[in-house]
Amino acid sequence: MTRYLMRRTLVLVLSLIAAGLVLFVLLRLLPGDPAAALLSVGADDAQIAAVRAELGSDQPIAVQLGHFLADLARFDFGRSFVSNAPVAPEILSRLTVTLPLTLAAFALALAFAAPLGILAALRADRWTGAALSALSQLGLAVPVFWIGLMLVWIVAVRARLLPASGFPTEGWSDPIAAARALALPVLTVALVMGASLLRYIRSATLDVLGADYLRHARALGASFPEALIRHGLRNGAAPVISIIGIELASTLLGAVVVERVFALPGLGSMLVLAIAQRDYPSVQGVLMVTTLLVLLIGFAADVVQRLIDPRLRAEERGAS
Amino acid sequence: MSLLSTLGLSIRAGTRCLVEDVHFSLAPGDRLGLVGESGSGKSLTALALLGLLPPGLVASGSVRLAGQQVIGRPDRQIAPVRGAVAAMVFQDPRAALDPLMTLGAQLAVPIRRRAKAEGRRLSRHDLRDRKIAALERVAIDAPERVLAAFPHQVSGGQRQRVAIAMALACRPQLLIADEPTTALDVSTQAEVLALLDRLVREEGLALLFISHDLPVVAGIAERVAVMAAGRVVETGPVAEIFSTPRAPYTQALIAAARRLDDALGLRR
Repeated sequence: MTRYLMRRTLVLVLSLIAAGLVLFVLLRLLPGDPAAALLSVGADDAQIAAVRAELGSDQPIAVQLGHFLADLARFDFGRSFVSNAPVAPEILSRLTVTLPLTLAAFALALAFAAPLGILAALRADRWTGAALSALSQLGLAVPVFWIGLMLVWIVAVRARLLPASGFPTEGWSDPIAAARALALPVLTVALVMGASLLRYIRSATLDVLGADYLRHARALGASFPEALIRHGLRNGAAPVISIIGIELASTLLGAVVVERVFALPGLGSMLVLAIAQRDYPSVQGVLMVTTLLVLLIGFAADVVQRLIDPRLRAEERGAS
Repeated sequence: MSLLSTLGLSIRAGTRCLVEDVHFSLAPGDRLGLVGESGSGKSLTALALLGLLPPGLVASGSVRLAGQQVIGRPDRQIAPVRGAVAAMVFQDPRAALDPLMTLGAQLAVPIRRRAKAEGRRLSRHDLRDRKIAALERVAIDAPERVLAAFPHQVSGGQRQRVAIAMALACRPQLLIADEPTTALDVSTQAEVLALLDRLVREEGLALLFISHDLPVVAGIAERVAVMAAGRVVETGPVAEIFSTPRAPYTQALIAAARRLDDALGLRR
């Protein structure tokens, strides 16, 4: 396992470097000079040269690459072209919105999708199962922003229970206000994420219910709930965990839409704004951080799966 | 009193009838073979005896295990009868054992359940001794290694031996073996069959042995019930079925077995 962890970490670092390289190339393939983008129209050559020297874009491409990678290793993403503020602290403050949003939504989604998904499988041939399946299908079909808008309309506009949008400027120093601001976005993301999780959990449960080991356990005297808990949970969890990793990553990236709907100062809205303003350091910083998070989620999912399934561990031993 | 008796047992999937009007009975110590080609309803019959039909299949008629009706009873009332009265060995031990649990942990479950039913608590030490004894009983050479192994780490024969040990650990009166050697390779088949035969005799168990292989059944059972297309077409002592088969299907089955023997040069 230690060996596997070491190798997996190496893969993680290499993937991160590869992502950095792709980003570096893409940003330099974009039409136009970042220096020109930074200055207003009509700047003279001397001004452009000065900015180029400041940005380092007058240096050979290999030197630029070296600086770029060295900066990445220190999580230094440079300064914003627009505000001239360092990008890294801005990303950190944006993460205090996006991460709680994603994680809370994920926890909530799992909290209702797991029992309902299992129930939908247990009652597959009855109307409750059919109804749950239909509801989750609906949850998949309806766009996120529509759910968000409906929630805003019902909970915020009609019932006036929660704020419709925004986030306190002082952030989490007022935890209650911050939590209230996040409540509706969390619910929105959780509903969408939960709908797809429910379907995966339902099908994993159906697989387990038809499995021989469950019937075997019952044939030797285990009650149905006992057999399901002893053999079903872990066998059902293994396929769901890899899906959870993908879901979590796509929620993190998909937070853009929800952040727009609720006007949240998260990572997604920062990316959208930075692209509109051609603020390359910010774009680059946000993309690197989200890449890192997605890679970390995949890493965690892989490790957990290995802990559950001895057959994966055996493969590893055979391969090394 | 009979240990197991079925009367008019039928199994339906919707309107389709898969097993129809099956009846047989086993007294303690009886050994009955249930023979038929695949799809004839043998395995479904076995599952129905324990009330373990897959969802969508409905059994009707009567199945009595040690006097208790199985059909129509809620699952939690049948669960205590399973294992304690009748335990089952399945066809494919690879699928029947939980791939994520060590064999030792899986073997511990019926041992603990049995001890609990007898009102005793097992210490860790006792449990370990019992697990090892259970594996030695099914002629496993390195019990410690097998206890620590996961199902995919041992051979097919060893997996089936562990499954047999689990069934015996329930201390049942009746063992239901559903094609217990079909998934094994030929040399292992004979070993596992001989083991099963010996254990059933030594423990004085009743046996319901299900197979498509008439000669194999003849070797281990006293009586045979021949199933075809969901019905029992003939029942009788092994010798009688072989010497004077009455149902055309049984005659065809015996003729086929003879032809196979001839082709292999095994006929004496």
